[in-house]
Amino acid sequence: MSTQTGAIPEVASFVFTPDYLAQAQAVIAKYPAGRQASAVMPLLDLAQRQMASDKSGGWLPRVAMDYIADMLDMPAIRVYEVATFYTMYKTRPVGKHHVEICTNLPCWLRGSDKIVAACEKATGIKLGETSADGMFTLSHAECLGACVNAPMIQIGDDYFEDLDETSTASILSELKLGNKPKTGSQIGRKTCEPASGLTSLTEPTKGRGA
Amino acid sequence: MLKDKDRIFTNIYGLHDPFLSGARARGDWDGTKEILERGRDKIIDEMKASGLRGRGGAGFGTGLKWSFMPKEIGARPHYLVVNADEGEPGTCKDREILRHEPHKLVEGCLIASFAMGAHAAYIYVRGEFYRETQALQRAIDEAYDNGLIGKNACGSGWDFDLYVHRGAGAYICGEETALIESLEGKKGQPRLKPPFPANSGLYGCPTTVNNVESIAVAPEILRRGPAWFAGIGRPNNVGTKLFNISGHVNNPCTVEEEMSIPLKELIERHCGGVTGGWDNLLAVIPGGASVPVLPKSICDTVLMDFDALREVRSGLGTAAVMVMDKSTDIVAAISRLSAFYKHESCGQCTPCREGTGWMARMMSRMVSGAATPREIDLLEQVTRQVEGHTICALGDAAAWPIQGLIRHFRPELERRIAAAKSRPLAAAE
Repeated sequence: MSTQTGAIPEVASFVFTPDYLAQAQAVIAKYPAGRQASAVMPLLDLAQRQMASDKSGGWLPRVAMDYIADMLDMPAIRVYEVATFYTMYKTRPVGKHHVEICTNLPCWLRGSDKIVAACEKATGIKLGETSADGMFTLSHAECLGACVNAPMIQIGDDYFEDLDETSTASILSELKLGNKPKTGSQIGRKTCEPASGLTSLTEPTKGRGA
Repeated sequence: MLKDKDRIFTNIYGLHDPFLSGARARGDWDGTKEILERGRDKIIDEMKASGLRGRGGAGFGTGLKWSFMPKEIGARPHYLVVNADEGEPGTCKDREILRHEPHKLVEGCLIASFAMGAHAAYIYVRGEFYRETQALQRAIDEAYDNGLIGKNACGSGWDFDLYVHRGAGAYICGEETALIESLEGKKGQPRLKPPFPANSGLYGCPTTVNNVESIAVAPEILRRGPAWFAGIGRPNNVGTKLFNISGHVNNPCTVEEEMSIPLKELIERHCGGVTGGWDNLLAVIPGGASVPVLPKSICDTVLMDFDALREVRSGLGTAAVMVMDKSTDIVAAISRLSAFYKHESCGQCTPCREGTGWMARMMSRMVSGAATPREIDLLEQVTRQVEGHTICALGDAAAWPIQGLIRHFRPELERRIAAAKSRPLAAAE
């Protein structure tokens, strides 16, 4: 499933920092004794987050996978299999802001092609590329599950929804300036309610527990 | 139309406090101990009587599914696994439960786990839902801190632990056995059934996998009684349901409505109608990417439920309604879905691994008109060779949208091929 391309830099070694190690140990404790392999996905995620810096997004060098394999007492190949099967694990470096544009049907119907073009214009790179300064990587994404707020993009852990070309350009320029743009809907609605006003849940809520 | 008093998800838009004090004010965690005191058999009987059919897409009876778990807890522990790997294109209902109604899910997990003899449950949330996972984890932490789950949950004497496991971007993990594999720390590749998870699931132990919405509605059903839930909708298609309406409507939204609401009423009442009016409608995919498309003539009258949509050779699926007006290139739309299935095939079964690629490539030829007329039947034949020949339903899901396209829009495919053939001639004239 992985479609990542590009050179893989050499990374000499990887260990969790004390903070990440504590998180990793808390994760491992969620699973029954002897079933610690279940923690491989969360641990890969933690390793990827630790690899992120001011200059680049997180990714997984092979030494990090080997380290996790040792920690979980798994054959290294089992960890490589997981790291290359799931699209959220990056086996190559990505930009500091990984902009993933949903181009699946609900977003496409509401103009995701224009959002792709707006992202390419704002960053000066094409889909699949990383900017020379390492600030941005642009990717297309499969359905991200915010379809009634289409078109939308994910950047890092956040969703930006109900986009048009103007709001997309504005979000990316905020990021360039080091600011934190507003997440969620960009057209002023709270979440997934009809933008023109509520058509349900208009009566005062009366919980029997209150 | 469903009245607000019959709506279960009264904070689905996140307009109020999603966490414990807000949830309690809306009625969550009200009398949970009393529900557990009814005992396992009574809870399962009431869930059966409610007529709730699983909200993840297949529509299997939730109470019946719970009853498949072994009656006695043997040497192997029982598990509940909640499928929050919401990834079916068009579907974004569980996301709203996770971030705005997390206590309904947590309370449902306790009740369902108790009813199935499980002391532990895992909620598998798609990895992209990072903020949603944070909201869910906060609700779980609140529930632990207030004695609602953990040792002696709600004072019931039942010990119950609840954990969140994040996925990492694989649609296939929405398939229950792929999800279990993933939860065990492997690639998400579906298992052959039998054995079914109720006999041998997570770690080889009895396991039930339920959708988020199925679990989250259970506490309210048990509080109000099965007759209330069964009285909404029409026989065999009862209760309330979260609908996601996306695409070419004036106001795309998520809304809880009664099962069996007419599609047209759903769109006109809650979404401000189709863009350009109802007569500008071309087609609707009524239940997520996997179900066949319906032309306007069927959309005029069809009801949104399991049986009505099956009768028109489509399906309710996840009730993710994707609306396409007459500006839509319907061939390109279905081709986009074919590209999706090609990307998401796990690669385990040859008919799916190879077939999704063939179908995607043939669909590209249909979009440009580069295909020949006989390729339409060839494409249909390829879908039949994939459908039903794979371990899981992804192969079927890849085949059905194309079958729907050929069934309802064959003249458009033929027109396009003819237009492409005539183009060089026209240029020569």
